[in-house]
Amino acid sequence: MTNQEIIQPENLVYQKPRLLNNNPMHYCPGCSHSVVHKLIAEVIDEMGLEERTIGISPVGCAVFAYNYIDIDWIEAAHGRAPAIACATKRLWPDNLVFTYQGDGDLACIGTGETIHALNRGDNVVIIFVNNAIYGMTGGQMAPTTLMGMKTSTCPYGRQSDLHGFPLKLTEIAATLEGTCYVTRQAVSRVAYIRRTKAALRKAFEYSMQGRGSSLVEIVSTCSSGWKMSPEEANQWMEDRMFAYYKLGDLKDIAAK
Amino acid sequence: MEEKREILLMKGNEAIAHAAIRCGCDGYFGYPITPQSEILETLAAEKPWETTGMVVVQAESELASINMVYGGGACGKRVMTSSSSPGVALMQEGITYMAGAEIPGLIVNVQRGGPGLGTIQPSQGDYFQATRGGGNGDYNVIVLAPASVQEMADFVDLSFELAFRYRTPVIMLSDGVIGQMMEKLVLPPFKSRRTDDEVRQQCPWATTGKRGRKNNIITSLELDPSVMETHNIHLQEKYETIRQHEVRYEEYMTDDADMLIMAFGSASRIGQKAIELCRQRGMRVGMLRPITLWPFPSQEVASLSQRMRFIMSLEINAGQMVDDIRLAVNGTCPVHHYGRMGGIVPTPEEIVSEIERLIN
Repeated sequence: MTNQEIIQPENLVYQKPRLLNNNPMHYCPGCSHSVVHKLIAEVIDEMGLEERTIGISPVGCAVFAYNYIDIDWIEAAHGRAPAIACATKRLWPDNLVFTYQGDGDLACIGTGETIHALNRGDNVVIIFVNNAIYGMTGGQMAPTTLMGMKTSTCPYGRQSDLHGFPLKLTEIAATLEGTCYVTRQAVSRVAYIRRTKAALRKAFEYSMQGRGSSLVEIVSTCSSGWKMSPEEANQWMEDRMFAYYKLGDLKDIAAK
Repeated sequence: MEEKREILLMKGNEAIAHAAIRCGCDGYFGYPITPQSEILETLAAEKPWETTGMVVVQAESELASINMVYGGGACGKRVMTSSSSPGVALMQEGITYMAGAEIPGLIVNVQRGGPGLGTIQPSQGDYFQATRGGGNGDYNVIVLAPASVQEMADFVDLSFELAFRYRTPVIMLSDGVIGQMMEKLVLPPFKSRRTDDEVRQQCPWATTGKRGRKNNIITSLELDPSVMETHNIHLQEKYETIRQHEVRYEEYMTDDADMLIMAFGSASRIGQKAIELCRQRGMRVGMLRPITLWPFPSQEVASLSQRMRFIMSLEINAGQMVDDIRLAVNGTCPVHHYGRMGGIVPTPEEIVSEIERLIN
């Protein structure tokens, strides 16, 4: 029996999203990025927006997002994706425009661009993958690194007198008049993955309806950076990260 | 319908704003800084989003402005920003990304004195920054130096034409004199913004949404050294083509001259007056004014240098363009620099004295 013979519509319960390319992913085993990529590809396809979506990829682990999802992409300088998204959306208002950023990109070097894009109410979606560490450069402290958490640049653990406190940019975003939808989700369990997908869909829909900017944070693991197995990383995230970065909607204009 | 070509009186900065609206500019993104804030102010007052559909955004910083230009250019639109020296220093990140990813766009620098916060008075101290790339990596951008309010207006459309022809950022290197002074001008004829279909057709590389084609990716990143070197070679070949085809300059009283002033932008206006004074005293001085600072008119300088007793580079800085003149002249005749700094603009009389000193 060939694969094609096995994959009959009546047998099909799961498949690779049509918009995910066949390029081998560079993400580490257990990394949350690949799940988030899959969800984005599915939502764009389900909304029929493949032909008019422009994604803005960051500097960080997701820099090569453009190799994996079959849409138009602009690769941004570190932290500048929201500024690029602002211009892109205003110049092509019928297109779906979203950024995909990590914690270093969004909550550190690009804090200004992020807050002002959200505050202008640019009709863009900012997808924020928060794994509390700089993954690509090899595990340095991030703005979202938890207190006491060890990284290569806080090897004795993050402490407030030396490093300040983990930044909750999503909470800040919820206070901004320009945002219509601000939420924090995760992808470590099937139920969470479903909620994240629904959140992405809602954010994309609001954006296309011109209701303002959305921020979808996804609390994520970095098993390589955290020096844990993928399973340990998931557990650590649920025990430690969720305690500080609480899951759920922080703002939804439709819920008012 | 024949459009009436009215003679108007306005500032150089205002001329840029009006020219942008009239030449089919799709978007302006800027942050206030003296001495160029009239560009954003004029656009805000003119409300082009209600007429041509041009987008105008006051950004949160020059970093955001230039990255908005990066995004707008990446998706095929005619977009621009403007700033003055310290702000343009902040933009260098975006400019090198634009060069690397081959994104067209216009950056206007109405220069002021430096270094650092410097002064709000005019200067030409950013010549090196503009003509040497300015950011990281091996690249050049086309640099146009307007010397009048009329050229401030005319060079906007020219900049966009060049930017899209070569997929490169273009810098208009002006200064506080040209930006702030009022002169007569005739605004360029009105040209409509390109339609979305025209943008897709003319910029098949742009990120406009796939719409039936293969997906487009705009990036300056490549981790494979052999591919990255190939990309660099492609850029260098493009720069060579630009050097061959886009050198622009103007000669003034060079036919019988045996001494040459070289000056660009506002310095060339002062130089012209100095030449008039020199001629009254029997000194045969002429001028070569580079209009493109990059590509530099090296061949024209080299050829003129054959019959010059000396060349004086007149700049409102410590001597920057003089390096390019020396490289072009390659020892054929002596090359001197005269300039003032810190926001001081030289007078024609002191230039004449300097020429007399050099003769003796």
